[in-house]
Amino acid sequence: MENLGSLAILLAFAAAIYAVVASVAGRVKRKPFLIVSGQRAVYSIWVLITLASGILVYSLLTSNFSFAYVAEHSNRDLPVLYKFAAWWGGQEGSLLFWSWLLSTYSAVVVFTNRRKHRDLMPWVVGVLATVQTFFLILNNFIANPFQMLAQEGRVLAADALRDGNGLSPLLQYPAMAIHPPMLYLGYVGFAVPFAFAIGSLITRQPGDAWIHTTRRWTLVTWLFQGTGIILGAAWAYHVLGWGGYWGWDPVENASLLPWLSGTAFIHSVMMQEKKGMMKVWNIVLVSATFFLCILGTFLTRSGVVQSVHAFARSEIGKYFVSFLVLAIAGTIYLILDRLDYLKSESQLESVISRESSFLFNNLILLASCFAVLWGTLFPVISALTTGDQISLDAEWYNRLMVPIGLFLLFLTGVGPLFAWRRTSTESLRRNFQWPGIASVVLVGALIAAGIRNFYALISFGFCLFVALTVIVEFYKGGRSIAAKNNFNLLHAMVELTHRNTRRYGGYLVHMGIVLMFIGFTGHAFNQNEVKELNIGDTMRIGSYELKMTNLEEGDTPNYSSHTATMAVYKNGEYLTTLRPEKRFYKASRQGTSEVGIRQRPNQDLYLNFGGMSDDNQRAVIQAYVFPLVSWIWIGGLVLIGGTLVCLVPSKVKMQYARTEVVGITKKHAIVQK
Amino acid sequence: MRKYGKFAALIAIVIGTLVWLAMAGTESKTYYKTISELGQMGDKAYGQRIRVGGDVAVGSIQRSGHEVLFVLSQDNLKLKVAYAGIDPLPDTFKDGAQALADGRLDRNGVFHATKIQAKCASKYEAKPGQLAPGQAAPVNNGKRTSI
Repeated sequence: MENLGSLAILLAFAAAIYAVVASVAGRVKRKPFLIVSGQRAVYSIWVLITLASGILVYSLLTSNFSFAYVAEHSNRDLPVLYKFAAWWGGQEGSLLFWSWLLSTYSAVVVFTNRRKHRDLMPWVVGVLATVQTFFLILNNFIANPFQMLAQEGRVLAADALRDGNGLSPLLQYPAMAIHPPMLYLGYVGFAVPFAFAIGSLITRQPGDAWIHTTRRWTLVTWLFQGTGIILGAAWAYHVLGWGGYWGWDPVENASLLPWLSGTAFIHSVMMQEKKGMMKVWNIVLVSATFFLCILGTFLTRSGVVQSVHAFARSEIGKYFVSFLVLAIAGTIYLILDRLDYLKSESQLESVISRESSFLFNNLILLASCFAVLWGTLFPVISALTTGDQISLDAEWYNRLMVPIGLFLLFLTGVGPLFAWRRTSTESLRRNFQWPGIASVVLVGALIAAGIRNFYALISFGFCLFVALTVIVEFYKGGRSIAAKNNFNLLHAMVELTHRNTRRYGGYLVHMGIVLMFIGFTGHAFNQNEVKELNIGDTMRIGSYELKMTNLEEGDTPNYSSHTATMAVYKNGEYLTTLRPEKRFYKASRQGTSEVGIRQRPNQDLYLNFGGMSDDNQRAVIQAYVFPLVSWIWIGGLVLIGGTLVCLVPSKVKMQYARTEVVGITKKHAIVQK
Repeated sequence: MRKYGKFAALIAIVIGTLVWLAMAGTESKTYYKTISELGQMGDKAYGQRIRVGGDVAVGSIQRSGHEVLFVLSQDNLKLKVAYAGIDPLPDTFKDGAQALADGRLDRNGVFHATKIQAKCASKYEAKPGQLAPGQAAPVNNGKRTSI
């Protein structure tokens, strides 16, 4: 069976090379049958990689330990869900998973565009198949998932090993079973808009067909990426037991980078759609996003920057670096060669305009992206330049990213309300007067209440400001529809959103960001307390009183555990019971924490079982109070919902049609010149 | 060109501020050093934040009150480490484990760590019937620098 798997990925490799050659040759020589055969090759790659993945998953589910991968990443007592998740739990499997996702995406792209974009598609297939070839090289020759355990020249029988090493217990958590696939769906998905951009560059297409075709695709990919990041943060918060959700760890950063540049991209394409500006910039952005995705996979997989996530240092790095260098060089060449096709059709007119707010949005997002990239690669950069490997800690990131984030938050509020070209003072006053006054009042009240943290004050002020501008937009639009159609206000707002899903979905996404910022700001008010407790002992944190009522040991086939039962009181009144637990997983011989959390909108009480004391008599309990942290998850859900709204087709096309017509007339005028 | 001047000025302000923030303060920098490199640093080693890695020497872990003393070894070199951080040590921290200590070296040659990360040293070995314990990802318990 292992031979079948190896054969399948080897054939897929050959088919990928064939797809590149046939598509490109067919396009250049104008031979339709070659182009079609290239497309068929894309389908066959999918079938072959699906077969290979199926074999690997089947071996994992049946605990076939003659596969080195299964022996290393699974064990008999592992729950079925996690046996399946072990597919992406290790290096070889996760790279196979990458390949499989890419082949799935490629097949979907080829199928949905089979009657469209005849000029463009062969190049799109060519680009996607090239990326596929690269990953299949890794699958076949560098990190083959079908390596067998052998002794004296013979493959071991499936049951020769008593048990496997087990999946890292940190990964044995439901959110963690879907977090990597989400991120990978994002990482891999950006290959598609990239392929369309390159295709359109090669064929020197005027206009923005590639953007229209890939708009939904980009949004869905961006949504996956964002959801993956939020799930990762939620996982860190609920599982790692250190009480945070984001540590600026290289691999976290690697997932954030393409999200930041992707966010810049989905904003700046609006400039191209409406005004014909920023064409070069959009190609640069989508390419950069794709390269950052490859870099992200590379950072995760190579361990080049020391990280808690990078499981192994391996030789795989130089393949990634070579691929990246070649791809970046090729893209730069194409862009420079075709600059004249990417001329801007309008100019910036005023600093206070929609165009300008997009420009600054992009500048800030890119600057933050660059800052995170710089910090992540700093150990590598400093080792190359000074010989010392120097790492930057979370404070460095926070010092940069907090002001950046606040500025972005501010732009979120003002940007969408600036008019195109230039904004009149009158409209500024109308849109921003009341939200502005309300925010100043809020900040004043917070200062009066004793809050002195500068960034927290700014953040709360901006949050209220942006939230009010968004609410006013919904209210104003809703009220006029309600008056015309005799709807109630809520119905009218739904109608309003449905008429222009892009705009109002976008507002909802912005609202989600505001809620998340409220959650981030809570960090300024965290409290923590550590104490060694025995049964009957108590401790205090914030306004809570905690009493340990029980301390017990447990045992299951998968792990053994210590559990503390903590009764929580506030002002002498019983609230709830939390049970923080420390587990020790037998197969992998690792400990994990199961934290006890009381989640409330205003604050979380978070208890971690730190371990047993040195004399093994008392439990070390770490207690934290995290104000407002739930708003991060709520904001994340709103963000996801808003993005989904953006994906719904608008009911009324008129508004777009009008803007687009204006754009086209303008384009014609320039063409005639 | 005046409006482009305005744009240029704004962009310069934004980027300038960020560069200034990025450069400010050396407190955020931690040097990765091996024990032998630490020995060669001489006087420069004192007062800087350093992250040093090695194996926990077998039998060297001693607890005295809130402080934990142990010896990190790399080949024949040894380094005394004193840990007095608030966090309990990670579960993976035990004799023979690979550990990373984050802190400063004092004049007596004792390394005062404020953070310890540890990782099981054992590598996966395929021997039928007696599997070695898993190679493990370093556990996060020692880590607290969150947002």
